[in-house]
Amino acid sequence: MTLTIPSFTLSSIGPWLTLTGTAILILLVDALSPKGRKAYFPQLSLLGLGIALLQTFRLWNHTGTDFARMVYVDNFAFFFYAVFILGTALTVLISRHYLEDYGKNLGEYYALLLFATLGMMLLAAGAHLIMIFLGLEVMSIAVYVLAGLFREDAKSNEAALKYLVLGAFSSAFLLFGIAMLYGATGGSLYLDDMAARLAQAGALTQPLTLLALALFIVGFGFKVASVPFHMWTPDVYEGAPTSITAFMAVGVKAAAFAAFARVLFLAFPALKVDWVMILWVLAVATMTLGNVVAIAQTNIKRMLAYSSIAHAGYLLVALVAANQLGAVSLLYYLLAYTLMNLGAFGVVILVGRKKDSYLSIYDYSGLGFQHPALAAAMALFMFALAGIPPTAGFVGKFYIFSAAVQAGYIWLAIIGVMNSLVSVFYYLRITVLMYMKPPEAELGPVAFTPALTTVLLVTAVGVLLIGIFPGFLYNLAVNSVKIFPSL
Amino acid sequence: MVVPVSYYLALSVALFALGVIGVLVRRNILVILMCIEMMLNAVNLAFIGFADHFKAVDGQVFVFFVMTVAAAEVAVGLALIVAIFRTRATVYVDDLNILKW
Amino acid sequence: MLIDYLPVLIYMLIAVGLVGVIVLLSELLGKKRHTPAKDMPYECGMDPIGDARHRYTVRFYVIAMFFVVFDIEAIFLYPWAVIFKSLGWFGFVEMLVFIGILVVGLVYVWGKGALEWE
Repeated sequence: MTLTIPSFTLSSIGPWLTLTGTAILILLVDALSPKGRKAYFPQLSLLGLGIALLQTFRLWNHTGTDFARMVYVDNFAFFFYAVFILGTALTVLISRHYLEDYGKNLGEYYALLLFATLGMMLLAAGAHLIMIFLGLEVMSIAVYVLAGLFREDAKSNEAALKYLVLGAFSSAFLLFGIAMLYGATGGSLYLDDMAARLAQAGALTQPLTLLALALFIVGFGFKVASVPFHMWTPDVYEGAPTSITAFMAVGVKAAAFAAFARVLFLAFPALKVDWVMILWVLAVATMTLGNVVAIAQTNIKRMLAYSSIAHAGYLLVALVAANQLGAVSLLYYLLAYTLMNLGAFGVVILVGRKKDSYLSIYDYSGLGFQHPALAAAMALFMFALAGIPPTAGFVGKFYIFSAAVQAGYIWLAIIGVMNSLVSVFYYLRITVLMYMKPPEAELGPVAFTPALTTVLLVTAVGVLLIGIFPGFLYNLAVNSVKIFPSL
Repeated sequence: MVVPVSYYLALSVALFALGVIGVLVRRNILVILMCIEMMLNAVNLAFIGFADHFKAVDGQVFVFFVMTVAAAEVAVGLALIVAIFRTRATVYVDDLNILKW
Repeated sequence: MLIDYLPVLIYMLIAVGLVGVIVLLSELLGKKRHTPAKDMPYECGMDPIGDARHRYTVRFYVIAMFFVVFDIEAIFLYPWAVIFKSLGWFGFVEMLVFIGILVVGLVYVWGKGALEWE
């Protein structure tokens, strides 16, 4: 018996190989360098991420699949690669000082960040359900460990364990969904063939397909923190190290949405009526619960956790629209969200310093008088998250709600806009505290390291730039979603 | 004798449901992890059944990946349990209440 | 047909024979000195009598975790071994890469001192 090895080009997964190589290098350097020697882990990670970004640019406009149809090589994947790389690079920049504060400048932290990014890329580019499952798990397992990074801290441990148990539980649901889909399609796991096979499979497998769809929604709903699968989010976001909270809020969510969109648009176009209906309900519940509960929060990390739940709701609206503008707005909003959320967490780390001693929202009182630049940046990010022009948050929400109206979901758009109004309340409260209340206590000097300054500059400029000139990004996103024939 | 695929499926669904119930009602974190393993093994059974029925090998390959991933998850879970036991001396989820559950 | 199983039979004979010879030799050549510890039923080095709910040192858990992870990775070697010949050099190199990544994990564990007992 001879087997023919399918042809493949390694360069089509170049970014993955670079990230894996960098992570392995960091692990080896960490393990073999003598104790107490300062190693350049953040710099190494940034170098690897930079090379991966260059490789992504070189791959841009490639189309099709590779590795025997296991991997998509298309602009949809590359757009997400860029978002993940940006998110991880900003996370690396906000991490260093924070970790040194805790005496935890660990190599494995950066290695795990890179492995998690690799998992996200697998999710965004997976053309076979094995790849999607593997990507989900590579990402999740790395993030479970990162959430529990502060081993001596009971909060961090508890957050990690909750995340692991509920994460594994939801993965099992997703897996069962994959198994049911495997049965319904008559033994195929390729996303490409699914729609055709499901169409010809006939009515007998309809229950299996519906069950599979429901289980997929549970599995992905957990990862994107949609109601009613959101219970873990506030606890885990509060307990995890702040830099990891930022990473989870942007990276994990974006990756899960990438895979979710691909599976829904490619495998289930025939069941569009069903999933649109379910997601409509989930979107409304998620937006409303996230925004209403966020009002009651006094811990800034918990508030941002509920804000992230609410944003998952807005993004679900983009999926419900299920038209071209909806997919475009999904990509646009995820990039905008990465910028504004990481910026906000950068400020949280700067204000919270000394092992996170200032995490109450009242610690922001009078920040505008003591540190005008920092307060201005925070105000900008809050405006962006609330969706006030001329920030990226406004344009993103505008696209999402236009897509919903275009698809005929007027009520969904109205509920979304009303939710945005509710959210203005708690975002602006931070701004009001910063500028109109006397300081509760002298905050003292804030340690502006070059890395954190860079993060705040990049995110603030980015939020304004893509908010005022959205055209370029819009065109990129339109280019990226051309791969979906059903839109 | 050929076992029809529906038998595998019924057993798999039953195992999966038992696992879900176990995760929801048990309070010992180790037992919860074991119940999650049971859910994963129910999935494996469904994959094997379908792979045999359709003579498509993808399902069997999937089982390998599920098993390795499950092992990685359990290793991380055990490590976290040990860490929690050191700081809190408990393995019961009801005692994990610093963060509002 | 049955002749195909001859190697298995030979293998079994050798195995049983070897064990028999070793047991016999130790019976014939070894000194017999009885001590209380030696007369206890053997149970993997643990004290066989006492409370079964015995606390192990946490180091066992660490070793157990490594075992779970590294052991299960061997699962990928089986399908490869079955068609090793038809995969040829490509499969060999690919498996080397796989093992290489596992070795990196081992080096990391070793370098971090997790394998040291004290």
